[in-house]
Amino acid sequence: MSRRSRRPRAVTALLLAPTTAWYLLLLLAPLAILVIFSLGERSPVGGYLPGLSLDNYARLPTRATAFANTFALAAVSTGLCALIGYPLAYYLATRAGSKRTILLVLVVLPFLTSFLIRTYAWFTILGANGLPAVAAALGVEPKPVLLNTHLAVFVGIVYNYLSLMVFPIYVSLERLDKRLLEASKDLGAGRWATFRQVTLPLSAPGLVSGGLLVFIPMMGEYIVPALLGGGKVFFVGNALVDLFLQSRNWPFGSAMAIGLIVVVLISVTAYLRIAARGRVERETSLL
Amino acid sequence: MDRRQFQKLYRDLQRGTITRREFLAVTGLGTAAAVIAACAPPTGGSPTPGSPAATTPGTSPTTGATPSGDWAPPAGVSLGDTLNLTTWPNYHDQKTLDKFKDLTGVTVNVTVEGANESMLAKLQAGGTGWDVLVPTNYTFPTYAELKLLEPLELAKLPHFDASTYEKRFLEPAYQPAGSDKLYGINKDWGTTGYVINTETVKEPMTSWKDFWDKTRDAYSRKVTIHDYQLTSIGNALKYFGYSFNSVEPSELAKAEQLLLDVKPHLFAITSDYQPPMRAKDAVMAMAWTGDAVQLNRDIPTIQYVIGSEGGEIWSDFYSVVAGAPHREAAYAFIDYMAVPAVAAKDAEFHGYPLADSVATSLLPESFTKNPIIYPDEKLLTPLEFGAAVTLTDENRAELWARVKSA
Repeated sequence: MSRRSRRPRAVTALLLAPTTAWYLLLLLAPLAILVIFSLGERSPVGGYLPGLSLDNYARLPTRATAFANTFALAAVSTGLCALIGYPLAYYLATRAGSKRTILLVLVVLPFLTSFLIRTYAWFTILGANGLPAVAAALGVEPKPVLLNTHLAVFVGIVYNYLSLMVFPIYVSLERLDKRLLEASKDLGAGRWATFRQVTLPLSAPGLVSGGLLVFIPMMGEYIVPALLGGGKVFFVGNALVDLFLQSRNWPFGSAMAIGLIVVVLISVTAYLRIAARGRVERETSLL
Repeated sequence: MDRRQFQKLYRDLQRGTITRREFLAVTGLGTAAAVIAACAPPTGGSPTPGSPAATTPGTSPTTGATPSGDWAPPAGVSLGDTLNLTTWPNYHDQKTLDKFKDLTGVTVNVTVEGANESMLAKLQAGGTGWDVLVPTNYTFPTYAELKLLEPLELAKLPHFDASTYEKRFLEPAYQPAGSDKLYGINKDWGTTGYVINTETVKEPMTSWKDFWDKTRDAYSRKVTIHDYQLTSIGNALKYFGYSFNSVEPSELAKAEQLLLDVKPHLFAITSDYQPPMRAKDAVMAMAWTGDAVQLNRDIPTIQYVIGSEGGEIWSDFYSVVAGAPHREAAYAFIDYMAVPAVAAKDAEFHGYPLADSVATSLLPESFTKNPIIYPDEKLLTPLEFGAAVTLTDENRAELWARVKSA
């Protein structure tokens, strides 16, 4: 083929060069180091000694609780974000009218504050002098303990990730062709049937990508359980920090990090498969 | 809170005067803690007493001119303009650091860590840029072996006089043991016990047995323990009468069982226990001397208990990190802190006792007669210094990680 196609190829390569370098240097290289470390062993004073063994992977089950905790909390929190986020996105996209802009700004507003400060604010709200004090004043006995519980971690996570879920759903609903809803109505479908058969399927891509946006970072969550779980609600992220900064067991820590990556990859693949199958089914049922 | 106050807070925070232990330690996340705490009403967990957040600038408990003794920067040596100090939270009076800057032009940047393990971890990883480190007694054999600290060049520390330091506190910094190579000079010393709020905890509490039993009983979910293998495992070992430093597998197994049994009854596993104690989320917490002093200063019903079975006595040091980028400034700073008047004034802020008898003689009676700072000798006798092996022992590290992730 001629020069005509070669030049764009050179331009493409040039344009992609920074990204390629970025990924090679900051993703693949560290990943390779992680794999190498995970095969080694802990040196007697901590750190890394070269080695070639799978022992560290064999030890992963000793952290099963952390993995189970992480997965369960991330999955349930993602579901909760969807349940809470969807009606909000729906309202914003269809009912908010002239208030829409100001409401959207309000949804974004918390992002102007640091993630950390937002999370730490819950420390005061859930602590003994916050909500529990209010409950006690209303006669609840004994005074409830909210801070440093699974519930607190839940609240912190859902609160922090909710807007990440709202926006993709909002965008997909906002783009939805209103004439389809009218057509559905004309064909005799009630409100619920229209929602179930038209609105929901058409906003599914937003729901799916919102789910990903929320689920993946949740799996790597460290700060919320550290702050609101009181060191008792343990995520893989927290276990990793302990392995690197307290035990100084880099090989086991590396194996665990890879374990987490694998778990995320598997669950995301499964999730996308299910989502894709759902779409195929919907499309065939429409026919 | 106006903008200026905020900025001041933020600056203090960066310097480590109003940070919280575990937080900054592991995550570098002190900002939020300090800022929120400063904004919260006093009952909602006010920050460290004596910090600018709790008092208006200029009226902190350590008012008055900060002394510098007869100290002057070494002649003919260029100190540069910065110094990186890696230390523990609530451990330095900002005035002491400001005075050092006035005298030398060197700004002290404070990095706060919460465990010797994490300090070691970062030094092992390399490239920290740290100059002065504040390690604890039991770490020196490891630091010396790994050459992560440098043997002090005593000629650069004219204000340090080993003869006025209590031998048992200074001794661990001589490495190899008994040699004359000194890797650090004492900052202060202290004990590890627990604080109780006697408003709720009415019965006499005297031992670690009391601590662990009452945690699983009367004060369930109102107790915190350190997020620190040395003390949490060590004090669990004391329950069975074993050594605080045990690395015996059968003894560690019993300690692990106790910790796992206690875990559901804890309010938190955290070395940042001042906030829950102040907010009364917790009524009992594993604690170090200075935190107990600071809590008791604000809330007199909070008392300090040293377990009758024993536990930990420790001493902390100023050391020079090997390859320190601001080596001359590091020596100047350590020499400045060795001036008795400087160390004494600093101690009034942090509440930890000093190893230098000359500095101690300058402290007011309210300090030297404080039983939290100077417990009864019969309580001190059974205490043990942390052993080097606990820092590197894989079983202890793994045990602690297992308990936490269970």
